[in-house]
Amino acid sequence: MILDYILAAIAILGGFFCFVAGLGVLRLPDVLIRMHASTKAGTLGSGLILIAVAIFFADTATITRAVATILFLFITAPVAAHMIGRAAFRSGVPLWRTRLEDGASEKLGR
Amino acid sequence: MSPVLSPAINIAFLLVMLGVVGGFIRLVKGPSLPDRIVALDLMTVQIVSFCGLYAIQSGQRAFVDVAIVLALVGFLATVALARFVERRQRRPDPPSPSASPADNATASARPSAPTGGRP
Repeated sequence: MILDYILAAIAILGGFFCFVAGLGVLRLPDVLIRMHASTKAGTLGSGLILIAVAIFFADTATITRAVATILFLFITAPVAAHMIGRAAFRSGVPLWRTRLEDGASEKLGR
Repeated sequence: MSPVLSPAINIAFLLVMLGVVGGFIRLVKGPSLPDRIVALDLMTVQIVSFCGLYAIQSGQRAFVDVAIVLALVGFLATVALARFVERRQRRPDPPSPSASPADNATASARPSAPTGGRP
């Protein structure tokens, strides 16, 4: 039926974004750029698959849990990415095609 | 499970597992510790979506609870590891308020310190 086609499309789209996130983490050149792939594409893929779960079961308890999981992912993914990014930048990982100015590394605590 | 939805769920399982494999390869060969933390974070988020897909395939609602708990524990693990990296970076500066030549020595040695990000 129509609902099955919609569910199939959402599930495959979410799986595709999860695959793109894994491919980006594997192939991109730098910690911060890899974090860009992981945070955005991974959160989008998980959110789509949890929307598919909410549509598939279609009762109040499951919809509430799925929406709570999506909101939790949307709130915590930027916080975690910010903390990893700050730690990585301050611990001095090599950055791809980036040159810091001479006084900047002192000021940034790098 | 309808004949449309079942192969779609299988394809989505395959794509998510390919993403997990990509994150795992980065976890194994990541050159620095923040690379490995990013890979672990990605794998946690993808196992959350795996739990969602398995809830659809098996028809059991309990796996959505597993997804919630996994997202929470994954966030805590990521925050703890990030704080660990930052604190380990800060440790090489010894707090020595008594001797001023030691302060000068650490201040001059500080710009050469940042290679401590390697495990």
